[in-house]
Amino acid sequence: MSPAAAIRDAAIAAAVAFGLFAMLVGLRTEIGPQSNLILRQRWAAVAILCAIVFLGRLLITWWLGRRALRPTTAAGPWTARLQQAGRLFAPAMLALALLLPVLPGVGRYELDVGILVLTYVMLGWGLNIVVGLAGLLDLGYVAFYAIGAYSYAIFAQYFGLSFWICLPIAGILAAFWGVLLGFPVLRLRGDYLAIVTLAFGEIIRVVLLNWTELTGGPNGISGIPRPTFFGLPFNASGDPDSFAGFFGLEPSPSHRVIFLYYLIFALALLTNWVTLRLRRQPLGRAWEALREDEIACRALGINITTTKLTAFALGAMFGGFAGAFFATRQAFISPESFTFIESAIILAIVVLGGLGSQVGVAVAALVMIGGFEVFRGLDEWRMLVFGGAMVVIMVLRPRGLVGTRTPSIALGKRRAISGDLVGEGHG
Amino acid sequence: MAPDSGRPAPGGVILEVDGLTMRFGGLTAVSHVSFTAARGEITAVIGPNGAGKTTLFNCITGFYRPSSGAIRLHRPGGPPAELHGLPGYRIARAGVARTFQNIRLFPGMTALENLLVAQHNKLMAATGFGIGAVLGLSRYPRAEREAIGLARHWLSATNLLDRADDPAGALPYGAQRRLEIARAMCTEPALLCLDEPAAGLNPRESEELARLLLDIRGQGTSLLLIEHDMGVVMTISDRVVVLDHGKLIADGAPAAIRADQKVIAAYLGEGEEDEDLEVEA
Repeated sequence: MSPAAAIRDAAIAAAVAFGLFAMLVGLRTEIGPQSNLILRQRWAAVAILCAIVFLGRLLITWWLGRRALRPTTAAGPWTARLQQAGRLFAPAMLALALLLPVLPGVGRYELDVGILVLTYVMLGWGLNIVVGLAGLLDLGYVAFYAIGAYSYAIFAQYFGLSFWICLPIAGILAAFWGVLLGFPVLRLRGDYLAIVTLAFGEIIRVVLLNWTELTGGPNGISGIPRPTFFGLPFNASGDPDSFAGFFGLEPSPSHRVIFLYYLIFALALLTNWVTLRLRRQPLGRAWEALREDEIACRALGINITTTKLTAFALGAMFGGFAGAFFATRQAFISPESFTFIESAIILAIVVLGGLGSQVGVAVAALVMIGGFEVFRGLDEWRMLVFGGAMVVIMVLRPRGLVGTRTPSIALGKRRAISGDLVGEGHG
Repeated sequence: MAPDSGRPAPGGVILEVDGLTMRFGGLTAVSHVSFTAARGEITAVIGPNGAGKTTLFNCITGFYRPSSGAIRLHRPGGPPAELHGLPGYRIARAGVARTFQNIRLFPGMTALENLLVAQHNKLMAATGFGIGAVLGLSRYPRAEREAIGLARHWLSATNLLDRADDPAGALPYGAQRRLEIARAMCTEPALLCLDEPAAGLNPRESEELARLLLDIRGQGTSLLLIEHDMGVVMTISDRVVVLDHGKLIADGAPAAIRADQKVIAAYLGEGEEDEDLEVEA
C-alpha cells in the first residue's frame, strides 16, 4: 500500500472511531451543583483516542505491508521449525513427565498440578478421537467424565468393588452412553450436532443433580475409597498390609500422591498409545476419511454408522477412565465438577493444540491448565491474561499449535500435510 | 492380488435396471427406465442436461432410494443383488464403485491413504475389527502389505506413483480425476460407475482417460459411465443408452445412436427451424 493510501485508510479508521467515541466519551451527563443534569464535554479525550486509532491503523498497515503475501500449500516457516523441535520435544516432555516426582524441588503442590495437567491431557486425547480424528464436534464431553466418576463412586460405595475392577466398568459404562448418545445424533452435522451434545452434557448433569437417592444430588458422594496399590492401602499405620509397611518404607502421605501421579500418567499414555495405533489402522483412517468426506466414505462401502459410533464410544471410554480416576483422587464428587465450562476447556485444549495432533493437545493442556495455576498470583487479571493468550495463539496459528497432519502411511518419506488441506469435519 | 489379465469373454448381464422411477415430490426425474448393461462392456448413459442421468446413477449407487422399479446386480454363481433395497454402503460392498461429478477425494490424506481407505472393509476384517489390531495380534501386517500392493498397482496404472505421498488436495485437477478412479478400483468392483470422468479435462487428458477406461475393461471390470464428451463416448463405449426428460429414448451401439433421429432431436431440440440445426451441427 502506498503511503498516501495508508494514510487515507488510517484517516477512515479514525473517522469511524470519532463516530463511536463522540457520543460515548465526548459527552457525559453529570449531576450539577443544583442537583440538575449538566452536560460535560470531553473533546480532548476523544481527540487522543482518535489519534491512537489513527496511529495504530497506520502501524498495522505498515507491518502487514512488510510481509508480502504469497500463496503456498507448503507448511510455513513456523510450522517447519515447530516440526523440527517437535521431534525432540515429545520425547523430552515424556522424560520430564516420567521423572517429575523424583526431580529436586518438586513437592506436593507441583505433583498435584502435574496430576491435574495429566488428567486434562488424557481428556484432551480422548476428545481428540471424536473431534480431531472423526471430526464430530462434541460439546458435551464432560458427560462421559461425569459418568465415569459416578460409576466408580457408586460401584465402590454400594458394592465395595475395588478401583481396578471399577475402572473398566466406568469405561464400559461411559462407552455405552457414548453409543447411546451416538445413535440419535448420527444424522446431525456441524452446529446441530454441537447443540445436541451440549444438551446431552446438561441432561447428565441435571440427572445427577436430581436423582438424590442414587447420587446424593447437590451434596454429591463423599468418602469414595482411595485407590490401593494392588490391594495394599496407602496409610500411615505402618502395618505390613499397607503400602509403606509391605515395602518397608517410612509411611508418608506423598506415596499416595506419587502413585496417583503415575496412575494418571499410565492412563494418559494408554489413551495416546491406543489412538496412535488406531490412526495407523483401517479404523483410524476411516475416521479421518469421515472427517474429510462422508459421502465419499459411503460410496467406498464404509459403514458410517458403526464408524461414527466407535469414535464416540472410544472417546467416551477414555473420558470414563479419567472420570474414575478423578473420583478416586478427590474422594468426593458432586455435579458441580461437571459443568459445561469443563467441556469448553477440554474442547479449547483440543482446538488450541491442533485437531488430531497428540503432541499439540498435550502442550495445550500444559499451557492451559498449568498456566492457569502459575498465574494464580494475578488474581482477577488471570482470566484476561488467559483469554488474551488464547486469542494470540489463534491469530498466529489458526489451526492450533500443531496444525499439520502426518500421513498414517507412506511409500517414501512421510511429509507433513499443511492444515489448509485437512478437513475440519462437518459433524 | 493383481487383476486377471486378458479380457473375459463378454456375455451375460451384469446390471439390470427394470422399470426404474424416481420422483421428488411432484417432479418425476426418471420415469420407467429399463435397460441392461452387459458384463465386460462399457455402457454409456448420455442425454441433455437435466435428463435424469445423475439421478439414475444415484439410484444405482444407493444415494437415492427409487420410488419404484428394481435394480439388480447379477453375480456369477449367486443370486443377483437387489441394489434398490440395500443401504448405500452395502451397494459398494456388493461390487459397485462410483466416482463423482464434482471430485470427492479425501483432500487432507495422501493419495496412498485414499486408496487404503477404499480397501477399508477388507483390511478391517483382517484386523479383527479393530480389537486385534490394537493388541497387535492379527494377520494385519500381511493384509496391509497386500493392500499397499493393490494401491501401488492402481497408482502406476493411473500414472500417479510418484505422487503417492502427496496430499490428494494438492494434486492437479486431472490427477485428482485419475486418483478418484484408482480409489474406486481399489474396492475391487464388478461394476465401475463414472459420473462425467472427462469433465474439465483437456483433449490429451481425455485421450489418456479413454485408454485407462479401456484398460480397466480389459482387466475384467464392467463400466457404466455418464459423459458429455461425445468423442470419448463414441470411441470407447460398446453400448449407449440415451435419456431425455427422464425417459429412455434410445439404446444401442454407438453408430446406431449417432444416426438415431430421436437422439438428434433430443440434443438439438424438436421442431426447431432447420437453420438452427445447421448452425449447431
